[in-house]
Amino acid sequence: MTVKRFPAYLRDIQEEIEGYAKGYGLDFFPILYEVLDYKTMNEVAAYGGFPTRYPHWRFGMDYEQLSKSYEWGLSKIYEMVINTNPAYAYLLEGNSLTDQKIVMAHVCAHVDFFKNNYFFSKTNRKMIDGMANHASRVRRHMARHGQDVVEDFIDTCLSLENLIDPMSPYIVRHREKPERDEEQEQQDRSGRLRAKGYMESFINPPEYLEKQRKKREEEEKRLKRRFPEQPQRDVMAFLIEHAPLDPWQRDVLEIVRDEAYYFAPQAMTKIMNEGWASYWHSKILTEKALTAAEVIDYADANSGVLATSPGRLNPYKLGVELLRNIEERWNRGQFGKEWDECDSMEQKRNWDRRTGLGRKRLFEVRKLYNDITFIDEFFTLEFCIEQKFYSFGFSERSGNWEIMSREFRKVKDQILRMLTNRGQPVIVVQDGNFENRSELLLRHVHEGIDLDAAQARDTLRNASKLWTRPVNLHTKVEGKGKLLRCEDGNLSERGMEYT
Amino acid sequence: MSQKIDLDHGRFRQIIRGKIKQNLRKYISQGEMIAKKGKDTVAIPLPQVDIPHFKHGDKQQGGVGQGEGEVGDSLGQDGEEQPGAGKAGDRPGDHLLDVEVSLQELAEIMGEELELPRIQPKGTEKIVAWKDKYSGIRTTGPESLRHFRRTFRQAIRRQVAMGTYDPKNPVIIPIRDDKRYRSWRSEPLPQSNAVIIYMMDVSGSMGDEQKEIVRIESFWIDTWLRSQYHGIESRYIIHDAMAKEVDRDTFFKTRESGGTMISSAYKLCAKMIDDEYPSDLWNIYPFHFSDGDNWSVDDTHTCVELLKKEVLPFVNLFAYGQVESPYGSGQFIKDLTEHFDEDERVVTSEIKGKDAIMDSIKEFLGKGR
Repeated sequence: MTVKRFPAYLRDIQEEIEGYAKGYGLDFFPILYEVLDYKTMNEVAAYGGFPTRYPHWRFGMDYEQLSKSYEWGLSKIYEMVINTNPAYAYLLEGNSLTDQKIVMAHVCAHVDFFKNNYFFSKTNRKMIDGMANHASRVRRHMARHGQDVVEDFIDTCLSLENLIDPMSPYIVRHREKPERDEEQEQQDRSGRLRAKGYMESFINPPEYLEKQRKKREEEEKRLKRRFPEQPQRDVMAFLIEHAPLDPWQRDVLEIVRDEAYYFAPQAMTKIMNEGWASYWHSKILTEKALTAAEVIDYADANSGVLATSPGRLNPYKLGVELLRNIEERWNRGQFGKEWDECDSMEQKRNWDRRTGLGRKRLFEVRKLYNDITFIDEFFTLEFCIEQKFYSFGFSERSGNWEIMSREFRKVKDQILRMLTNRGQPVIVVQDGNFENRSELLLRHVHEGIDLDAAQARDTLRNASKLWTRPVNLHTKVEGKGKLLRCEDGNLSERGMEYT
Repeated sequence: MSQKIDLDHGRFRQIIRGKIKQNLRKYISQGEMIAKKGKDTVAIPLPQVDIPHFKHGDKQQGGVGQGEGEVGDSLGQDGEEQPGAGKAGDRPGDHLLDVEVSLQELAEIMGEELELPRIQPKGTEKIVAWKDKYSGIRTTGPESLRHFRRTFRQAIRRQVAMGTYDPKNPVIIPIRDDKRYRSWRSEPLPQSNAVIIYMMDVSGSMGDEQKEIVRIESFWIDTWLRSQYHGIESRYIIHDAMAKEVDRDTFFKTRESGGTMISSAYKLCAKMIDDEYPSDLWNIYPFHFSDGDNWSVDDTHTCVELLKKEVLPFVNLFAYGQVESPYGSGQFIKDLTEHFDEDERVVTSEIKGKDAIMDSIKEFLGKGR
């Protein structure tokens, strides 16, 4: 890797920009910039920002795609920043000074977001080392077991990498059962009803007690047989714990899972994070950092970042507009019971209580929200209309993607659906001993959208490689319950009621 | 400096190569590669490279956009290119992976899969250039070419031998005799020339499908021969009852009606060789594609005579591919086999359909001539 020394004139700009950013109240980890040529930039991007990833062909594939689209002039990576402390950020060599200014302001806001947003609070801030450790573990396995074997296994693991429970770091899914008082317990166990001594033989006759005991036993057996007790969303963790894997395989699976969890918050806050960064780069540049000569270049670059195109949701644009909308609303006091209950559009349009809470509210939002809660709470009817949002879908009739609706409810539902579980289907482990044959039963929690059938089959194959016994997937296809089964790489399918 | 990504990238290319090799028959018979041919590369759509995940089917999923337009307006994308819902600026949407492969690499893959032998160029090798190559060491030379390490190695060897080397005070002073210099050798760069003369029957019975087969097959032949020779020329002749030379584009597009006189093409071919390609300097490859329905027995005789006297003595290989047309397969291939069965310069192949292209290529090129 060729790393250029960070030139002094850029260091000056960095100091200047960071000064402005701190002045606005942004609070970020120290930032280390590196200037990279485009090849190295593409390399680092292919590795997801971490030059120290484990060896895998997929990075090579991403690299080829990035290089191609750079060479053809389709895309260019201006900047990259990773969530570590200190934060590493990469600048593209040869960008204009204006561009570098925008990028640095942008990066400051990203790092502020990493540092303060709740959903990043559980991530490993020393992930550079983490990744390097993963890489050396993988290399060691490769040296011992052969590159092809390990690489194949990584392919298999990566195929399931989205089957994690992204919320699990923040909540307790299954609480310990509360302690029950001794007497109650006793009574439950025997099924004995409370009775005075002389009434005992009438209220709790021996036959009755016997019946209760049997019922109890059956219940316990039934509960015991269920494994896992509750459907488990973290399929990868389940496999790590229960699949018959070699130690090195378990290690690789853990690595893949670990990295998936590390990257999950980025996917959960894409809109907010990019919106926040865009909000601040435009604020810092237009209010402070731009010289008159740079204004046109800035406007050009900024409009590129915020451009919308049909059939695409630009997270930068949506994020920044929504944040500005929030700022405006809280500055004018457009919130609370009174606002919500107001029916007059006229009154709402001219509503101004001069509360001036906008900036404060923004900082709260960046601390506490993720994309789903962000959209759910702040994406309002007025905003939807003003920003001309629409939902689109595939029309079988015309064979085209078409605008389906401009109705607020539908648009909002559609966005939220796209963001739920990072846009991934929810798959849970339903039963680890399906039909008492130690087969695995996965269940697709169907929320109106079928799985991509071809991909599902291939993925199921990979899952059964890990589980070594047949793996079943219970899902719904075109409204009918289906059970997909993969045994020794052979797939079969049968109907099964889905409730 | 080699980058870490190069290893991963190399790994990826290796996987691609394996996939192409596996599916070569499919690619060859479908001809979809040719449609995406660039200057030195082709783009090959590979669906199975990426890692599968459980994900939502696209058609039901839909998305959200921003901007003008009425309900029911098309977003200007067909089913192939799905809008990457909610992914703008992130990464390219999901699609078939178009992988670029150089023609050279493609030829190698084909060569491996079909087990094609390398061609031994015939005739004198035309020497085109000398190249200097630094390959040795000698004891005299200009100081600018002095080999520092070898010189000191020589000096230390001498000092040790003479007993004047003191490990505690390792001072090494080369003397005149220790000096070593780099030396070079001039190597001739041989170059052999080759020309492919494509001939095709464009009479009424050769339909679009037949031409497509010829097009695909000649693409692969071209690719292979190009990988074997440095400079290669292609010439194109079409014929019905008359023959004429055309450019590549016309060659594959022309459709004429009328009868078939194969001899006309062979005459023109013989003339071309005689006028422009002296056989001691050129490797000559005439390929002829027809449905084999020659006009008359007499003409077939003329063809045989022409081949014997004016074509075969000068060429490396004469290949005849008979494409089956809706009107059935003709007699000509049998006539050729009858007359030239013993002659290993003549290869004939019957191409029954697109699936047979690969075998036919192997028949044509399998001799290594």
